[in-house]
Amino acid sequence: MIEVKNLTKRYGDKLAVNDISFKVEKGEILGFLGPNGAGKSTTMNMLTGYISSTSGQILVNGVDILEDPIAAKANIGYLPEIPPLYVDMTVDAYLGFMYDLKKCKLPRKAHLKDVCNLCQISGVRNRLIRNLSKGYRQRVGLAQALINNPPVLILDEPTVGLDPNQIIEIRTLIKKLGKSHTVILSSHILPEIQAVCDRIIIINKGVVAANGTADEIARNITNEHKMTLRIEGSTHTATDKKEIADAIRALGGVKYVRADMEREKGIYDYDVEAEEKVDIRRAINNLCREKGWNILMLQLSDLTLEDIFLKITMGDTVVGDVSEQQTASASGPKLDLKVENGQLIATEETADKAEEILEESAADMNKSDENGGEE
Amino acid sequence: MGAIYRREMGAFFTSGVAYVFLSVFFLLSGIFFFNGVIGSGTTNTSPLFSSMFIIVLFLIPILTMKLLSEEKKNRTDQGLLTAPVGLWSIVLGKYLAALTLFIIAESIVFIYAVVLSYLGTVAWAPLLGNYFAMLLLGAAFIAIGLFISSLTENQMAAAVASMVVLLLLYLLDSITSIISNEILKKGLSALSFYSRYIEFTGGVFSLPSVVFFLSVAFFFNFLTVRVLDKRRWG
Repeated sequence: MIEVKNLTKRYGDKLAVNDISFKVEKGEILGFLGPNGAGKSTTMNMLTGYISSTSGQILVNGVDILEDPIAAKANIGYLPEIPPLYVDMTVDAYLGFMYDLKKCKLPRKAHLKDVCNLCQISGVRNRLIRNLSKGYRQRVGLAQALINNPPVLILDEPTVGLDPNQIIEIRTLIKKLGKSHTVILSSHILPEIQAVCDRIIIINKGVVAANGTADEIARNITNEHKMTLRIEGSTHTATDKKEIADAIRALGGVKYVRADMEREKGIYDYDVEAEEKVDIRRAINNLCREKGWNILMLQLSDLTLEDIFLKITMGDTVVGDVSEQQTASASGPKLDLKVENGQLIATEETADKAEEILEESAADMNKSDENGGEE
Repeated sequence: MGAIYRREMGAFFTSGVAYVFLSVFFLLSGIFFFNGVIGSGTTNTSPLFSSMFIIVLFLIPILTMKLLSEEKKNRTDQGLLTAPVGLWSIVLGKYLAALTLFIIAESIVFIYAVVLSYLGTVAWAPLLGNYFAMLLLGAAFIAIGLFISSLTENQMAAAVASMVVLLLLYLLDSITSIISNEILKKGLSALSFYSRYIEFTGGVFSLPSVVFFLSVAFFFNFLTVRVLDKRRWG
């Protein structure tokens, strides 16, 4: 449906987008992920023909956007970062204008009504756009993109400025639209991308840093096999801690063991890292059975989308840092810490940076945390 | 083109620009009509039209100032430029909307003519000639104003710049009169809007002048299209 080949955009000396190539199939929802200034909007503006590329080619439904812009644009519904609304018009007049502008042939009244119902703006159709809240304006912007039922929808941060209920509504709507449309959607809200998109492209500094499903990206980015264990020893003292750590370390395939906090009274957590692709869970289980220890928890700290995002966007220089944050954010005992021993705030400092970036996602549904909480 | 034209016409009235433009135009032309035509006891409307040059010069920037600058400022140009319409449709839609409003304003002279017809015989031929001349002048000026509006995001800047440019065109004659270089003098006077316009109000129908005004209108609309196109490549 959309094919992008070696797309490059240069502003003077600055390369905004550097040699991006990707394909979007019909009926696919593609998520564009990247930090601010990574080139998401620039890429979308090129896809929609608002700005031209310095080099490279964009085919929409087989039509080159630069060679036949009008035919290519007719296939695209675009919601830019700032919805292109004429604030001195009513919603109805504006949508009517976009209907005419797009030379829509669908029955006017019924089509506009459908679009308004879909975006839930039927109640404000006679109001001036100037007087609408940000959330409504966003929805009018989305409605305008849906007019003429274009096969491709390009949405630049569609949920910005909406309240949590509206965000969920819009996401549901996008998923619904994804069944009949090809959707490209950008966001820096990670759970949103994960909740809505079939495939993710992570853009960083103008290049495609990763392309695939969340799982694929995670698999490619790391071979590490990490887990957090909570094991109950026999004596419930600190000697357990050393004994258990040593015993695990002695197992074959174990690369690294670190005894962690005392999470429950006399019971410790252990961060264990296995060598590449070695599954040591059974060995650990056997070990504990022999020694009479109890495994109270086993949590695989595979990378979540957040970890991937941080890892990719923060660059190689801080990879060590990032991997520490990974264990912190993926094993998820931070909240426990806060509740149980308040004086341990200092140990969380390293995770703070990650938390700042992930604030939005944490406030949002925590789907990415597949590992779930602890008992 | 039709959609953009209709939207701009609507916007002229909802934003109040149309009312300001029309009322000022009617007021000033009414004064000139009363003083220049009725006051001097003639049915010749040419004095009215020759005085209107300077009014048109100041009023047209009000029509054109926000046509493209506001689009850019509010990012609504993104909606237009990603819609399946060509750049010429966008520019011409806006251009024709402004021209329509100008024609509405200008057509007040027919009411004056009706008033005159009670006082004497109206010389229709020169009146229509003048009307046509002013239409051509407006067509050229609006194209210039629209072009200047495409260069900025600030509508006030567009208005002031347009007024200055149009005023310079008006003053071109007085500038050429003090130039000694014959070639330069000839070249500049060929560009004079005022002398061509006044020629019409004097009752001379000159085809080169018609072509001149239409060419200016086309040329600046063409430049506006180029500006929009170039922005994409920026």
